[in-house]
Amino acid sequence: MTDTVRDWLSHYWVLMPAKALAVLGVFLVFPLIVGYMEHKAMAHMQARLGPMEAGRFHGVLQLVADGIKFVQKESIIPRAADKWVFALAPAVAMVPGILLFGFIPYGPDLVPIRSDVGLFVTLALSSVSVIGVLMAAWSSANKYSLIGGIRAAAQLIAYELPLVLAAAAVAMQAGSADLAVIVERQGWWGWSGWGLLLLVGFFVYGTAALAELTRPPFDMPVADSELVFGHLTEYTGLRFAFFLLTEYAGIVSQSAIAATLFLGGYQGPFLPDGPWWLAVKVFALSFVVIWFRATYPRLREDQLQLFAWIRLVPVALLLILLVGFTKVV
Amino acid sequence: MATDQRLVTGAGGQAAAFQAADGTGIGIIIRDKADRELHTQDMTLNVGPQHPATHGVLRVLVTLDGEMIESAEPVIGYMHRAFEKLAEYRDYRQIIALVNRHDWVSSICNELGVALVVEKQMGLEVPERATWIRMLMSEWTRVLNHLMFVGSYPLELGAITPMFYAFREREEIQALMEWITGGRLHLTYCRVGGLKQDLPRGAIDLSRSLVPRMRERLKEYETLVLGNEIFAARTKGIGVLPADVACSYGVSGALLQASGVPEDVRKTEPYLFYDQVEFDVPTGRNGDCYDRFAMLIARMKESLKIIEQVHDRIPPGPVNVKLPKVVRAPEGHAYVRAENPLGQLAYYMVSHNEKTPWRFKMRTPSFNNVSALPYLLKGTLLPDMIAVMGSMFFIVGDIDR
Repeated sequence: MTDTVRDWLSHYWVLMPAKALAVLGVFLVFPLIVGYMEHKAMAHMQARLGPMEAGRFHGVLQLVADGIKFVQKESIIPRAADKWVFALAPAVAMVPGILLFGFIPYGPDLVPIRSDVGLFVTLALSSVSVIGVLMAAWSSANKYSLIGGIRAAAQLIAYELPLVLAAAAVAMQAGSADLAVIVERQGWWGWSGWGLLLLVGFFVYGTAALAELTRPPFDMPVADSELVFGHLTEYTGLRFAFFLLTEYAGIVSQSAIAATLFLGGYQGPFLPDGPWWLAVKVFALSFVVIWFRATYPRLREDQLQLFAWIRLVPVALLLILLVGFTKVV
Repeated sequence: MATDQRLVTGAGGQAAAFQAADGTGIGIIIRDKADRELHTQDMTLNVGPQHPATHGVLRVLVTLDGEMIESAEPVIGYMHRAFEKLAEYRDYRQIIALVNRHDWVSSICNELGVALVVEKQMGLEVPERATWIRMLMSEWTRVLNHLMFVGSYPLELGAITPMFYAFREREEIQALMEWITGGRLHLTYCRVGGLKQDLPRGAIDLSRSLVPRMRERLKEYETLVLGNEIFAARTKGIGVLPADVACSYGVSGALLQASGVPEDVRKTEPYLFYDQVEFDVPTGRNGDCYDRFAMLIARMKESLKIIEQVHDRIPPGPVNVKLPKVVRAPEGHAYVRAENPLGQLAYYMVSHNEKTPWRFKMRTPSFNNVSALPYLLKGTLLPDMIAVMGSMFFIVGDIDR
């Protein structure tokens, strides 16, 4: 590559749209792959085949077909709904989900938006989506939606704390809140030495992230046997599809953050470091998330709250204490 | 009783602390209605008639304070199809085709009830072979029925996988039933005085080979569902139905046995040849949702035990008695009780020596079982309501008739 080409490529107005498109591409492609994986992995766990027709080979294009179907559906806004809020809610839930992908380090020099406080920006962005959920719930003028939304909000408050505490322990161990630095301080196997304490943090973070994603066994906000479909009850067509996409994008982004914080991010053995290693780890973690869905029933909201406040928060605080102690010693 | 522990009145009778009695002490919600600063209103929520957890069209009118249920009232009748009246306009053979539609997952057991009540009134002797085959078929129906609820109950608690496993098993049993009777849902296999037709050659061998396979699969449910911590947390101590309350509501079947009452018509008032086979009546200890679910699996095991014994005892011979073209039951009345998969079934028939009964009263298990709902639901949380309702193992057609 000649210097002129390199200069031209690193020009802001070339680089920024390229990055934006790449991030959008990741946002659109990976959730679909995880969604397809959920269809197929869960089907095989449940003694059935899952989608087999769309895309000729084992239903690979099932989710694309679903997307096309959602686009064609009528977009219904209930008469009693608060129209603007109702229409805006999917966007409020989705946009932070897209932005989140910009802060994840995909490779040694492959960080779309590098920030000294990348860790906290990602955590903040991941919790904005609940505002979209709450907007959807309140504006739907539906009792089931309302209960679902309140549950989602309560769940977020309970789980944001252990999530941030576990992440804070990692930041302390790494001595930086820059995600790229955090990855570099780990080996491809994750933390070692005193850093092994962070395995506890991985458990806390994983549990809290699962609750934040409202995935089983913590899917009370959309509990389909109780609340029909929680805050999504009144949504149809493309808006509904946006919410679903947000959910799967959430699985991908939370898995990516967890892999970055605890599992060595884009680093790995045999192959050179790069996005492929991150992808492998993301899919492995997403598989576990899907596995939970196929195995566990749903907890009750109050059981979840107590689990968060009297189990996870003390464990996370203790972890911070220990990590601080080992750092000083 | 255990349910009463839920409502603990605090000092001065103003504060009420509700403790979700799941055994772990988790789930304490303090409510203080009397001097509450924030004046809140109760919310009325119609759960149903169209709702995923109501298995059709049961409607429960709940008054919620937050997620706490103040009162719950089941509103039934959305599926009322006037079976009792219809039965007065059908002859006895047609009634058999009618009754397997009120509880559509235990059709043979319903047909059997009609056959028994008409035979009792006519004083018919049913061939021995027919009686044994009836037992075989009604026990397989019991397994089919329980598998249905073993699949659907975890689904209501959010576990989606057992449903598919249950249907995999059901499919194997249904293949057998379909081969024997020609039907899959409404089998219409029983006739007054016997059966529609004899077993096809090899059916007993197939049935025999199914028993160990089912027994093996039941272990899977025990580990996947009963051994699951979250399932236990959601069901243990929830919806406790004390034995005396259960009896006063006329609750029967797995629900009554879960409350610790070893009542089973097959034991207490044996019909067919149930007195000639060995089986136990399982009982639970706590009468909560967990016990009720465990009863299903225990009952299936007992059914498999019966099926195994029946195989070797089916004698050769006819499966039907010759009856006139028009069957008329002599004047009088007859009452028959039977243990249906969901509980106690009873048919009461008044005959005026005509082609059709003059009155045909049904006592269906789900109706009485569901009537205990308001007692169980008061003071529970909305998610527990789903757990309790699912554990009543009802079929809406069986409630509304």
